[in-house]
Amino acid sequence: MGWTTTPEGAAPKSSRSGGEGSMVFQAWRRYKKNKLAVFGLGFMVLLVLISILAPLLAPHDPFSSIKNEAGTLDIMAKPSQEYLLGTDSLGRDVLSRLMYAGRVSLSVGLVSVTISTVLGVLLGALAGYYGKWTDSVIMRVVDVVYCFPVMFLIITVSALLKPSMFNVMIIIGLVSWVGTARLVRGEILRVRELEYVQASKALGVRSFTIIVRHILPNIMAPILVQATLMTADAILTEAALSFLGVGVQQPTPSWGNMLNEAMSIMVLRFKYWIWLYPGLAILLTVLSINFIGDGLRDALDPKLKGRK
Amino acid sequence: MQRYIVKRLLTTLPLLVGITLLTFLIMQITPGNPMQTMIDPRISTADLARAQENMGLNDPMIVQYFRWLGEIVSGNLGYTIKTGQSVAQMILDRLPATLLLTVTAFVFSFVVGVPLGVYSATRKYTKRDYGLTVFSFIGISVPSFFFGVALIYLFAVKLNWFPTSGLATINLQGSGWDILVDKAKHLVLPALVMALPNLAVIMRFTRSSMIEVLTNDYIRTAKAKGLSERAVKYRHALRNAIIPVITLFGLSIPTLFGGAYITETIFNWPGMGSLGIQSITSREYPVIMGLNLFTSLLVLFGNLIADILYAVADPKIRLSK
Repeated sequence: MGWTTTPEGAAPKSSRSGGEGSMVFQAWRRYKKNKLAVFGLGFMVLLVLISILAPLLAPHDPFSSIKNEAGTLDIMAKPSQEYLLGTDSLGRDVLSRLMYAGRVSLSVGLVSVTISTVLGVLLGALAGYYGKWTDSVIMRVVDVVYCFPVMFLIITVSALLKPSMFNVMIIIGLVSWVGTARLVRGEILRVRELEYVQASKALGVRSFTIIVRHILPNIMAPILVQATLMTADAILTEAALSFLGVGVQQPTPSWGNMLNEAMSIMVLRFKYWIWLYPGLAILLTVLSINFIGDGLRDALDPKLKGRK
Repeated sequence: MQRYIVKRLLTTLPLLVGITLLTFLIMQITPGNPMQTMIDPRISTADLARAQENMGLNDPMIVQYFRWLGEIVSGNLGYTIKTGQSVAQMILDRLPATLLLTVTAFVFSFVVGVPLGVYSATRKYTKRDYGLTVFSFIGISVPSFFFGVALIYLFAVKLNWFPTSGLATINLQGSGWDILVDKAKHLVLPALVMALPNLAVIMRFTRSSMIEVLTNDYIRTAKAKGLSERAVKYRHALRNAIIPVITLFGLSIPTLFGGAYITETIFNWPGMGSLGIQSITSREYPVIMGLNLFTSLLVLFGNLIADILYAVADPKIRLSK
């Protein structure tokens, strides 16, 4: 994995020899101690499996209403053996929709965070490494974006575009790179003056090579932690957008748009299964990712511990 | 100190330009022209075409930007497309409700978050600290709309302690005290929803700041000279631990205003957030952009105040710059 490649002249490798002392192994040993992080990892593995296998596992068609033997629709049916978590107001199976919605949340999280991390690392590295006016321009843009409440900005842009899952991914990715950029800039400023970077410069190594081959591997740990925590945020944002009706659109299920039904006081009062389970699904997923992020922070770099 | 404030004010200027420029650019991609939305819509179309030329809508973008900026400075945020109301007036009408909600949530999250953080830090690695840690993780992970809906279900629908939505009971008869109690009851649930994530962050931040301060030499000295545990923790440690927490003053403003969108929608709270959602549904772009500009200016202003407060509290910053 990326962060294990120690460039020449970097911090000395662990003096212990053999697999026991490898960085991944050590990190895993520290990670295992954090029970919450282990729980989070377990839950996420389960969720990924369910999402991939959703077509096989889902007991019913998640996109359309189910007709029962009498030829009528089972609308808002209570949880039963047939519908383990009941059906929604259009008579669709809640459990099947939950499984398919997991796919939406995970893909939005992964794609948007990939976009924001690539952008953030690129702009943060440019600002930190080159300094001067490059730094000033990029950091002023970061400050401006920070002033807009992210939710406002995302809602505005998604209202301008046609709401869809694809647009949600892009928008979240394009708006949420600023935190990563700030982080990477700070880390690069710290590493830039270290001897091994100065040595590479003196040897005439191209700036691009220095950044990509020598600096980035050394600041991978905080970037990875940041990306993990951003995934949790992205999933929350997607759910909120879909809840408000400017995100993922029906009939595609998303935990957010499933919860939207709770806006009807009748559903809220009498049909708890329609809104409770998607809510718990979001909570558990985001919680698990945050636990993982916290565990990674402690495991990858013990020095980071306690740093916010 | 004065030099610091002047310097800080100067760095605000490019941000002001950036914010207005970004808003202006987003408005360029909205249907309808930004200048068009500023014309009173009761004017006939023939006059409009002539006005378009007279107003210089064919001028270079940069000229248009400065003219638009002039209108903003004079307090004109444009008119709504359908009803021709003044956007600035609409926002000002909704402002008090949002301020009531955000300020309550803001105060609550600090008043509860800081003591919980201190409590957690002084009982580091105990069961209670662990419990509070899990609580803070839930606080940042729970979607506000789910938390809001769950609170309504539990406390409004099932227990009937608080009303489900709105700012106050309509046509309430009673004394001034009754009206105040009624308002407070309406405020509790939405304020709680808005405060929770902020409270969790403040708690974590206070905890780590406090733990760090408690390892300092002067704390050991204070203990060694026989001061009581209480005096050391609250008089010596907390005073320094609280300084970084002040930075959260500024940082929590955009989060709170962003949260207003969702919270106000769930609770039918007649503030800027629900105005924003209504405007999105009815495609009132001038209102959406007006809200964007207005809130980002509020955030900018809030950050400025937070930074000045920070300098007042921390002599290292006050004197170094």
